[in-house]
Amino acid sequence: MNIIIVGCGKVGQALAVQLNEEGNNITVIDLIASKVNDISSQYDVMGVVGNGATHLTQQEAGISRADLLIAVTGSDELNLLCCLIAKKAGNCQTIARVRSPQYYTEAPFLKDELGLAMVINPEQAAASEIARVLRFPSAIKIDTFGRGRVELLKFRLPEESPLVGCAAKEIATKLHCDVLVCTVERGDEVHIPNGDFVFEEKDVISIVAATRKAAEFFKRIKYKTNSIKDVMIVGGGEIGHYLCEQLTRSGMSVKLIEKDPRRCEELCELLNDVTIINGDASDQKILLEAGLENTGAFVALTNLDEENILLSLFAKSVGGCKLITKINRIDFGGVINHLDLDTIIYPKNITSDYIVRYVRAMRSSIGSNMETLYNVIKGKVEAAEFIIKEQSPVVDVPLMSLALKPNVLVAAILRDKKVIIPRGHDSLQIGDAVIIVSSRLALHDITDILK
Amino acid sequence: MNYKMISYILGWILIFEGMFLAVPGITALFFGESELWSYLLSISICLLIGSLLILKKPQKRQLYAREGCVIVSLSWIVLSAFGALPFFLSGEIPNYVDALFESVSGFTTTGASILNDVEAISYASRMWRSFSHWVGGMGVLVFIMAFIPLSGGQNMHIMKAESPGPSVSKLVPRVKTTAMLLYSIYLVLTLIEFILLLCGGMTPYEAINTAFATGGTGGFGFYNSSMGSFSPYIQIVVTVFMLLFSVNFNCYFLLMTRKIKDAFNLELRTFLIMYVSATALITLNIAGSFKSAGEALRNSAFTVASIMSTTGFSVVDFNQWPELSRTLLVILMFIGACAGSTCGGIKISRVIILFKGMAKELHTMIQPHQVKKIKMDSHTIDHETVRSVNVFMVAYLMIFIISLVIISFDNHDLITSFTAVATTISNVGPGLEMVGPASNFSFFSDPAKIVLIFDMLAGRLELFPMLLLFTPATWKK
Repeated sequence: MNIIIVGCGKVGQALAVQLNEEGNNITVIDLIASKVNDISSQYDVMGVVGNGATHLTQQEAGISRADLLIAVTGSDELNLLCCLIAKKAGNCQTIARVRSPQYYTEAPFLKDELGLAMVINPEQAAASEIARVLRFPSAIKIDTFGRGRVELLKFRLPEESPLVGCAAKEIATKLHCDVLVCTVERGDEVHIPNGDFVFEEKDVISIVAATRKAAEFFKRIKYKTNSIKDVMIVGGGEIGHYLCEQLTRSGMSVKLIEKDPRRCEELCELLNDVTIINGDASDQKILLEAGLENTGAFVALTNLDEENILLSLFAKSVGGCKLITKINRIDFGGVINHLDLDTIIYPKNITSDYIVRYVRAMRSSIGSNMETLYNVIKGKVEAAEFIIKEQSPVVDVPLMSLALKPNVLVAAILRDKKVIIPRGHDSLQIGDAVIIVSSRLALHDITDILK
Repeated sequence: MNYKMISYILGWILIFEGMFLAVPGITALFFGESELWSYLLSISICLLIGSLLILKKPQKRQLYAREGCVIVSLSWIVLSAFGALPFFLSGEIPNYVDALFESVSGFTTTGASILNDVEAISYASRMWRSFSHWVGGMGVLVFIMAFIPLSGGQNMHIMKAESPGPSVSKLVPRVKTTAMLLYSIYLVLTLIEFILLLCGGMTPYEAINTAFATGGTGGFGFYNSSMGSFSPYIQIVVTVFMLLFSVNFNCYFLLMTRKIKDAFNLELRTFLIMYVSATALITLNIAGSFKSAGEALRNSAFTVASIMSTTGFSVVDFNQWPELSRTLLVILMFIGACAGSTCGGIKISRVIILFKGMAKELHTMIQPHQVKKIKMDSHTIDHETVRSVNVFMVAYLMIFIISLVIISFDNHDLITSFTAVATTISNVGPGLEMVGPASNFSFFSDPAKIVLIFDMLAGRLELFPMLLLFTPATWKK
């Protein structure tokens, strides 16, 4: 597909890289020449310098041949204008990033009246992601498939767990649990385990299970699944605002610490049932006074990545609560993972993931039959959901007789409202939805899993 | 430095070279020449070493800017070194430095030869000389990049290092598709020329050779008289195509997408004006020595096109022309033609930027507070580009002077040494006096030849990739 991305900020860049890797033709537009040059010399994309909301610039970027325009500049109004003009100039779909709450509440109207295909609010998306993690705190990350019927849960193996030293094929016999381990992260390495894979302490594993069965599994492997009742949030930006709304709705008690007294007043008017504390969170006294030692979860959402990391480390040292750290800018995934910070939220990746999922779905109407796609481990392992619509070499053959590519795993089959965690003798049928976990990025068709 | 990745790519270069060598191999088979075995041997050597190098796919595939430059310059060296093998193995050129000179001259589309008698060597080897022009003209690496799977924009570094011109722009988002488009334009133009030459009564062998040598703007002749023995029709066809191949290939793409106004940009207009005025001046200057004005015009039109496009074909010995014409030709040799074509030289767009930069400097001297930007076709040329053009000029002069000094150890006259360096660094081919169109480079000593080989490679790769090879910082960890 030909895709034009307006705005080369963090999200624009993440999108350009990911969409380009998946075989789309990308043209980026930005006003600042150095940003455009930077991205077009590093990746195989074309760059155009200019105002993306002008017809001339869009034409130079080839709007007439484009299938999709994604506007992710810093300004909502500009993004909407880009989409409007693209709609008139070419025959393409449009996606706009709209972060202001005033506009975002009108998203359905914008979509209908302005013909936008998708309106995305990065803060809202990040807040939803955090809220999802807080509802299931034992996991580092949760993705849902099959309209919520299957969950992919990622968590760190506790030290005294019976799973340590156990081979993957023994899970069913030893623990009597119907779960499948999809990926294992050990240090910087990522494995997609086969039956003989032996688990070690501190492995980060992700499992697929039906929602009910997951809780049972956690009990068996002695993993604490205490639900969270109270949350402490540092940083009252937009993410914090949306998160408070979502958490109070699900009945948690929320404390929010914000530096700026005026913003505190504002939030106080916007939010009900939230304890708002005015103070600098980098002052340990304030945190302790607010009850950090007894809180169930700690969410660091300030604008400084370094501060977020330090705050989380401090919270970890004080109490054993669930930690969520927002990282906006810095890209030191490897180092940050060593810090043991439970869950890290990268808003730019969340936004780009949402859009990439949409783009995949768009492509699926031109030949691929993929439904949704998730990054299990960024850039290394993906989980994709396919619908089997027609007869193909994978249908009706027991899985153990299929010649699968290495590092490809059939993780779950959804058939008539039933969730099947597949074993060797199961086979795929027409009408099934299948979840494939693989380290081969950019699968496009279910038959791509075969050798 | 990612050595594994570099050797992997060099492996692919050799594999492709093995395939390229099949072209003269088939020619030898067709004409039943005994040189066939030397081509078969060279092909086997290339394929063997190449497949050994690509046996293991490197785990770490990341390429940075410096690897891009190193890969480009090493690839061209490897390509030329192995391309010299058949000349050497068959004994047609017994000295390996001479064989290397011939091969480098081929791939860099220079067309300077060390052969006293071109007609003495086999059809196959003459085909290989012309074909190497065609392969080298468009750039080998971008072509190969389109085929070997490399993810991401890593090939952008390589495309930047290999493409001629001050700034590289892509026609379409992907390097691969851009390369495909450029090669299709290249192929189609070459084919049209081939057909037109056939219509003019050339044999298919002559037509293929001429089309290849014009396409890459190389200029190896396959007769001692270069193009002199062919009919006026053929000379005119070759003139037109030398000009067509010296136009930025992006212009053809713009014409194809009906952006005619954009296609005739400042560089192209300047090129045409320069061509017409130089031709007119030289015609007037040489008119006396020809029978008719038409003949003078045809000869000067051919020669100016040949020099500006840095092809280096000749129809007459322009070394015998009056001083004004000779001087003009040497100046044109330096300038070359448009960026983004298959030509060598400094390139017209760089010359325009230099002149505009000078004008800007003069303006700021008159009006110290004036804010002024250098513009081309109403696009501002960013400071980075202007700076790199200035540095390019300095590097060009530096390489030129150092080469000239080393060449002078051979103790030939100044015009010979001067034009020998000028013609190799601009990838033209013939110079003046002892290296004029009627003579060749065989009389230079081996060290001088090696300097000229370096100049040809540096000129083709726009200096910096070659200079980087000799910068210690490139090799530091």
